[in-house]
Amino acid sequence: MSSPARAAVPAPAVFGLVLAGGSSTRMQRDKAALEYAGKSQLERALELAARHLGRVFVSVRAAQAADPARARHPLIIDSVPGEGPIAGIRSAFAAHPDAAWLVIACDLPFLSDAALAQLLEQRDPAASATAYASAHDGLPEPLCAVWEPKAAAELAHYQDSGGQCPRKFLMRHAVKILQPRDRRALDNVNTPEEYRAAVRQLDSEARKPMQLKIQYYALMREQAGRSEETLESAAPTPADLYAELTARYGFTLSRDQLKVAVNSEFADWSRPLAAGDAIVFIPPVAGG
Amino acid sequence: MRFRFTQTAIDAAAARSELLDPGAGGFVTFEGWVRNLNEAREVTALEYEAFQALAVKEGERILAEAAARLPIKHALCIHRLGALSLTDMAVWVGVSAVHRGEAFEACRFIIDEVKHRVPIWKKEHYRDGDSGWVNCERCAAAPHAHGAAPAEANREGRGGTHAHGHEPNAA
Repeated sequence: MSSPARAAVPAPAVFGLVLAGGSSTRMQRDKAALEYAGKSQLERALELAARHLGRVFVSVRAAQAADPARARHPLIIDSVPGEGPIAGIRSAFAAHPDAAWLVIACDLPFLSDAALAQLLEQRDPAASATAYASAHDGLPEPLCAVWEPKAAAELAHYQDSGGQCPRKFLMRHAVKILQPRDRRALDNVNTPEEYRAAVRQLDSEARKPMQLKIQYYALMREQAGRSEETLESAAPTPADLYAELTARYGFTLSRDQLKVAVNSEFADWSRPLAAGDAIVFIPPVAGG
Repeated sequence: MRFRFTQTAIDAAAARSELLDPGAGGFVTFEGWVRNLNEAREVTALEYEAFQALAVKEGERILAEAAARLPIKHALCIHRLGALSLTDMAVWVGVSAVHRGEAFEACRFIIDEVKHRVPIWKKEHYRDGDSGWVNCERCAAAPHAHGAAPAEANREGRGGTHAHGHEPNAA
């Protein structure tokens, strides 16, 4: 734990709290169950938090406590009235009053080790919370933040006064605000469109370069200066590979003028490529 | 129903003998020849190259489609590869059938489809020393403006059905 050394009083230990109690209204699916690169967002968030923290819990509503995907993890079931993140955070304080909580929402697929590390390194235990400023509007981000034990009573008072919004809470209390070094870490995903875009991005980044064999014919051969090559590429599809090779060789034909073959058969430009595939870009034909 | 390539001159007599059939009453062939003029440019020689692994598959699919559409006995297409001179035969298509109508129709279908679908490319060499890949360099110049050599920019490509062929509609 690398909190600033503040004289005699040791900073409270930080536990992790992954919020998986939302109703995912706009997504129309359980956000915690959405998969990225083959793993659910809940598992991804838990694994990420576990790399930085000793104890990590999943925050759920009582009605979700039996869900198998949640039930196999240490749970903190909402024990205070009310809905939403504040109820979850207060329930965590109720369960472990002496701990600080690194609270993580379940809709942050780009959340990174760098983002958690910066938060923990620059945390101010004397504040009510340490939070990032949103890259979009500069306001504090409550759902990737360290909440200190002193916030428990403040949250109770805020909620008793009718408050529901954790962001507004942070804006009204003593909070240390950080500028995120990893600017996309807090980009959240609320709609199916945003989810699909995030999946595509993360899948592409998760791919390791693979060996592909490219054969060149006719104009492509002349422009590439070779008739074949084996190269390492992480291009997920032939379309991505063509863009990559066009950047390298300056091919003059645009993709819509070509066809593509994978393993000696015509293929779709969006077909996933696999290691060992042999690719041929087919310029306009002129037999006969 | 065969499609194949050859690096040497196409032997039309031998090809014809492959299609003989006691039940066939008609036999139609098409020969594509290297012609000296394409789109107002004087052509002196041609080079053909193909992505053979896929080209043979696609060519045989075309022949099978012809046989599925029309009651023909046999069909064969042989395409030349490499460097060709004027008057050389670039492609030979033969079809035997019970009656002439299906043989004509199938032969026409096969050569049209081969020109449009089979991954074969043709580089023309011109009298002025220039050269270019048919259907590739002009259309490359259009969307990019800087794509091909300026000399290519004025050529009128028409889907690969020029450069040779003694049948009026093939040119």
